[in-house]
Amino acid sequence: MYAEKLKRRSECEWYIEPFGEMRVPVIIYADEQLIKDMDDKVYEQAVNVAKLPGIVKASFAMPDAHWGYGFPIGGVAGFDAEKGGVVSAGGVGFDIACGVRALGTGLRVSDIEPLKAQLADMLSRRIPAGLGSRGKLVLSKEQMDEMLMGGAQWAVERGYGTKDDLRRIEENGRMAGAKPRYVSDHAKERQKDEVGTLGSGNHYLEIQKVTDIYDDAIAGAFGLAKDDIILSIHCGSRGLGHQIGTDYLPKMVKAARSQGIELPEKELACALINSDIGQQYLGAMNCGINCAIANRQVLTHLARGVFDEALPKSNLTLLYDVSHNTCKLEEHVVEGKPRKLYVHRKGATRAFGPGHASLPGEFGKAGQPVLIGGTMGTASYILAGTEEGMSTSFGSCCHGAGRAMSRKQATKRWHGKDVVRALAEKNIIIRSASYRGVAEEAPQAYKDVSVVVEATEKAHLARKVARLEPVICVKG
Amino acid sequence: MSKRYWEHYSHPADMGIRGVGPTKEEAFSQAAMAMTAVVTDLQTVEPKEQIEIRCEEQDDELLFVKWLSAILYEMATRHMLFSKFEVKIEDNQLYAKAWGESIDVKKHSPAVEVKAATYTDLNVEQDKDGNWQVQCIVDV
Repeated sequence: MYAEKLKRRSECEWYIEPFGEMRVPVIIYADEQLIKDMDDKVYEQAVNVAKLPGIVKASFAMPDAHWGYGFPIGGVAGFDAEKGGVVSAGGVGFDIACGVRALGTGLRVSDIEPLKAQLADMLSRRIPAGLGSRGKLVLSKEQMDEMLMGGAQWAVERGYGTKDDLRRIEENGRMAGAKPRYVSDHAKERQKDEVGTLGSGNHYLEIQKVTDIYDDAIAGAFGLAKDDIILSIHCGSRGLGHQIGTDYLPKMVKAARSQGIELPEKELACALINSDIGQQYLGAMNCGINCAIANRQVLTHLARGVFDEALPKSNLTLLYDVSHNTCKLEEHVVEGKPRKLYVHRKGATRAFGPGHASLPGEFGKAGQPVLIGGTMGTASYILAGTEEGMSTSFGSCCHGAGRAMSRKQATKRWHGKDVVRALAEKNIIIRSASYRGVAEEAPQAYKDVSVVVEATEKAHLARKVARLEPVICVKG
Repeated sequence: MSKRYWEHYSHPADMGIRGVGPTKEEAFSQAAMAMTAVVTDLQTVEPKEQIEIRCEEQDDELLFVKWLSAILYEMATRHMLFSKFEVKIEDNQLYAKAWGESIDVKKHSPAVEVKAATYTDLNVEQDKDGNWQVQCIVDV
């Protein structure tokens, strides 16, 4: 993207004045190099989002932004239902509530060193990953609806984890407003045996070690210390979420047409929040959120089983679980006044600042833990939400590294076997069903996550707390 | 000259699939093969078992995405991969036969799952030589 097209407002904030049909400006958070490397589609898509009815304040793009579906990946936008605001299936994405969960293990690097290969084998055997894998749970129609209503709470009630887990999940593990009747039979059928499966692509279950602490006080509140072993899970709402997106896109294209909303591109399909389709989508999407957190809860249970066997002194406790593909009704102060907004975060993480009412008490001073996934060979980060982020980007920040190269380019350049070998030399164990899948996810195919995180911190969207490196990666 | 092929094209995060053929139906079939090839080497999928797929939509582009979505649904719920397709389209109604087999992780070593067919870069068109070209980005 040409930096000349943008007005630079500070080191990491770039501005596009409203022009044409834009209702609000675009604000992109990134350093100069990230802006230069960002594809032009981000500009185009962020501008398109700024044209949607009822958008408030600005159309935001995070430092890891890239070409997405209607919305850029890394896009954030809030809409006021009372001002003709819209909800967009593309603004949430096909993997509803895809997110990251991190757990402390009570272990140190030295504890797992002798058992690494064994642990990797056990995890890859027990965690259903990749296409063709099935979960152990097969849900009846009634059980499916209960899961969609209950989320991680449903899973805990069935013995998958403890009540303490729920406090450390957004919405205490259960998204309100889930309406299973607006989820198609097809979506439910697709999900029937997919609860407790990792999925594929960039999804993973990783054992990581803490390599750096940047903020002692917040790290203390999060229970993090250098050389701690952390378990991290990145996955989403599986077939259910994919099918909800698939079902509602054509409905929203037609709804937009009949509601007089002009769509700059089809994928930006949306509907008035205060309309039948808008409400039905929100009811279905909330089911998708519950499905994703139930899924991560069941996966946690499977991982606990492995750790209990391999390392009986371990104790897996939830640090936090946060989604990065959602639309949520939140209160934000805009021009001095509190307003209720439907905030879309597409490939962007909620990052609520200190004192937010939704956070568990022990995080009151620290702010919300923000979990940023890296790639197989590079670092992940744990950040904390800030007060500044609350007043600028509706309490939102980046979600990961963001791809720098297409899958096609990646498979042309690398072979999966070589990637696995190179990572083994760096003491990182990879388990995957497919070498091509590994090549497509090669660390070099992604932007440098550290640069993305630096820009996020410089823009005051979140504060760096800890850096983690992978030890074992079970690839989806 | 009539052409008949499928191909992938680059998208920063996901994958573009394209089908080309002398008829719209053939282009739809080719694109379906391109979608299977996102997951696995098409050659490894034997056309052992046949299923039927029906769908309809109000225009060619929406119908193309609906067709791919219908295949994804069959893949996910039957745990199958498909390598051969026969498509008929009349008045925006599609009827197809698809041949494939059950997913075998050892045999097919699936690289990635396709989450959805999208409206991004969606296009259905006939060129001046009469060949049809259909394409969109699939989310993986």
